[in-house]
Amino acid sequence: MKVALMVTCLNDAMFPSAGQATVTLLRRLGVDVEFPEQQTCCGQPFVNTGYLDEAVPVVRTFVEAFEGYDAIVTPSGSCAGSARHQHGIVARRSGDAALADGVRRVSPKVVELTEFLVDTLGVTDVGATFPHRVAYHPTCHSLRMLGVGDRPTRLLQAVHGLELVDLPDAESCCGFGGTFAVKNADTSVAMGADKARHVVDSGAEVLVAGDSSCLMHIGGLLTRQRAGVRVMHLAEVLAS
Amino acid sequence: MSARDEILGRVRSALTQADRSPVAVPTTHRGRVHEGDLVELFVERVEDYRATVTRCADSEVAGTVSRLLPEGTSVVLAPGFEWSVPGAAVDSGLTAVQLDSVGAVVTGATVGIAETGTLVLTHGPGEGRRLLSLVPDVHVCVVRASQVVADVPAAIGVLDPRRPQTWISGPSATSDIELDRVEGVHGPRTLHVVIVD
Amino acid sequence: MTGTFVGMPAFPTAARAALADSQLRSNLAHATSTIRARRLAVVGELDGWEELRLAGAAIKDNTLLHLDEHLLALEASLTARGAVVHWARDADEACRIVAGIAKDHGADEVVKVKSMATQEIGLNEALAAEGIAAWETDLAELIVQLGDDLPSHILVPAIHRNRAEIRQIFLDKMAAVGRPAPADLTDEPARLAEAARLHLREKFLRARVAVSGANFAVAETGSLVVVESEGNGRMCLTLPDVLVSVVGIEKVVPTWADLDVFLQLLPRSSTGERMNPYTSIWSGVTPGDGPQEVHVVLLDHGRTRALADEVGRQALRCIRCSACLNVCPVYERTGGHAYGSVYPGPIGAILNPLLRGVGTDDQVDSLPYASSLCGACFEACPVRIDIPAVLVDLRAQVVDAHRGGVPRPEAAVMRSASWVLGTARRLGAAERASGLVGRVAGRLARRSSSSGRPLMSRLPGPGAGWSDARDLPAPPAESFRAWWKRTEGGHR
Ligand code: SF4
Repeated sequence: MKVALMVTCLNDAMFPSAGQATVTLLRRLGVDVEFPEQQTCCGQPFVNTGYLDEAVPVVRTFVEAFEGYDAIVTPSGSCAGSARHQHGIVARRSGDAALADGVRRVSPKVVELTEFLVDTLGVTDVGATFPHRVAYHPTCHSLRMLGVGDRPTRLLQAVHGLELVDLPDAESCCGFGGTFAVKNADTSVAMGADKARHVVDSGAEVLVAGDSSCLMHIGGLLTRQRAGVRVMHLAEVLAS
Repeated sequence: MSARDEILGRVRSALTQADRSPVAVPTTHRGRVHEGDLVELFVERVEDYRATVTRCADSEVAGTVSRLLPEGTSVVLAPGFEWSVPGAAVDSGLTAVQLDSVGAVVTGATVGIAETGTLVLTHGPGEGRRLLSLVPDVHVCVVRASQVVADVPAAIGVLDPRRPQTWISGPSATSDIELDRVEGVHGPRTLHVVIVD
Repeated sequence: MTGTFVGMPAFPTAARAALADSQLRSNLAHATSTIRARRLAVVGELDGWEELRLAGAAIKDNTLLHLDEHLLALEASLTARGAVVHWARDADEACRIVAGIAKDHGADEVVKVKSMATQEIGLNEALAAEGIAAWETDLAELIVQLGDDLPSHILVPAIHRNRAEIRQIFLDKMAAVGRPAPADLTDEPARLAEAARLHLREKFLRARVAVSGANFAVAETGSLVVVESEGNGRMCLTLPDVLVSVVGIEKVVPTWADLDVFLQLLPRSSTGERMNPYTSIWSGVTPGDGPQEVHVVLLDHGRTRALADEVGRQALRCIRCSACLNVCPVYERTGGHAYGSVYPGPIGAILNPLLRGVGTDDQVDSLPYASSLCGACFEACPVRIDIPAVLVDLRAQVVDAHRGGVPRPEAAVMRSASWVLGTARRLGAAERASGLVGRVAGRLARRSSSSGRPLMSRLPGPGAGWSDARDLPAPPAESFRAWWKRTEGGHR
């Protein structure tokens, strides 16, 4: 099986450790993961802000980069959701039949990391050790767009030494929402503040999620409040 | 162009590009199997709305209804009501203003819905005009156990759409203040349900 | 808050004001969490909820795709049952029809059952201009009307008010328009409801004309359905001589049997009950029972515009249950007024632009962005309206409406980002530059995160919206891409 890592632009530029952890984890499980260097971004920031024309070249690059892989694994529920659900819209907008065909071939191959681990590899115990109290935030797109269900928590529960604590109101949105975080900054922060409060109330030392974007938002609030809770990408915990 | 023709024209032009092939409608909600005793479920669900429920035999209806109403209450019966109730007057076309000073009304019903604890009045003989069961503050509704159906689809299946209908699930209520349910606003604040076995 | 949505600022500005109102925030948090729990309980106990949702969506879709035929069928059956059918292209026309009927009967007042359509067309204001008083009889609507306030929720328009505020409104305002509130009124909900009962009863008993909407209109039988709780609906639909119902053209369902889906979906989704206390169903005139003159006004007012929208058309399935509001994390914090419409929350964020069109009003154009796209609304919607998908599509319509001419700053940013992300080479160059920034910022940073990463201080320009309340880690010195190249995929 030819497996590609779709690292996402945010992890690439801001959170490379999430990408590195994904590589470490997949190799440990015997997957020879490749990094197609032509890749850039899934185009979601454009689509979700309404800039479909601007998304076209980005999606075209995406298709060219990942064409021919059997699985395209990404440590992001949101970007996986975008590739699976939005690339068709962008291709239709482009009016380019070849791009539409490419999207039809490539986008169904995109899987979020926990889907790949649990469904494709069939593992829940990845051999990680992480002796800390952890709360898990199910990000909206992984939860509702992809429906990853309990895969992330099953993976976390199998981590040696890890204590998974309940996060109150876990399924409510953290308020990141892409450009929403800036266009509606006040509302975004109000939502994030409640999430941060729940994180602190949970008694966790570490907040874990499968999307660096949401973690950047919640983490940014937690550090501004000097809350003393750290945020980590799920891949980093599973690779430890 | 008339408003009618213009609106219909707009509808048609809005749909010229649309794929109008029919979408399949699942019907699994019809004919669901309900375990257990329907009348018992009906009782439980009606009581959930804070209505009272009394079960009695056919011969006990008059006594049961009288016991539910405080002594001296003025009582009106729907014309054609099957049972007699001592001291009650049969509605002779009272106005809303007249009904406003009546203490209680006694009617039958066409259907009881077990799953939702709902009574459906279709306002024929024994059930009275719509305002009859609305204006007085107490409504006693008498329904036969055999009239209880399982669920909403079953009720829709037996009801006659040409009749006016009032579906009643408990006493009037509001959740408008902080979403707390309060029984009793404009409709009868007390609902007594009598089930005739 | 005064009684008009006209001239409301765009969502972000209106939201900022609402977010600062701590009383509003606590009223909303309490109310929405209460109703969410109730909805989950009654939805969970019904087998086959998902099939029911699918059935509701499919029935509505099939109806909308042949709406012309179903409207004609509805008109025919209503007429056969003795109702007078009117058609209204827009709000003005609908208001004129209703006012005309009231005037024909010499009425200087009408009683009203809560109806979204009549609020949408501003009927009360239009009637007032003709010297006709319209009395809202739903408890929450009464609170809003007496308080010269605006509705902030579809189902519970006074959700932003708590019991103490309601008591004060009743004490201050009831006397001027009818029976005063009892002097010893407390803020107990039962006492407040009693005060409303007494205040409104005299209005019900003397009213000759009533105005309603309808939750459903059955084409096959001419049946109109009004779903309610308090009995004010029954009063309005039964006591007056003349009844006028204003019904949006999307409210039609083809057959009587279709109601077995919607009468299950609606109460469980809206008030979180197995069944609402009262549902009234009538078809035209019933001799000797209820109003003997019955009018139905079929209203377009933008619905055909929404119908033409390939993606947005599904919004016309909406049965106004308000479940999407109650689960929306944005609505929960800002409340309904920030949306500047009688339709707030997720459904408002799509319905207003769909009914009114985008590209001409900044307030309307701001609504599709009033969402983090979390998807909770879609999950709750009983007729499966994919609100996030419609929001995203409407955002593209807003952007497209502004293409050409001088690009807005956001458009310029998006264009250059698209250029950078168009190829890996350009992205790599940008990352090297940001890595440089990161190294400098890292050295200058006075604070670092709990995991030891340097934090950026305040950001300039639009970034300030981020950094006013949130830290941002400094960019890493080395991107993933650069690391992969340098270490040959982590092998060195
Ligand atoms: S969009 Fe769906 S959830 Fe929202 S009010 Fe309409 S029917 Fe209810």
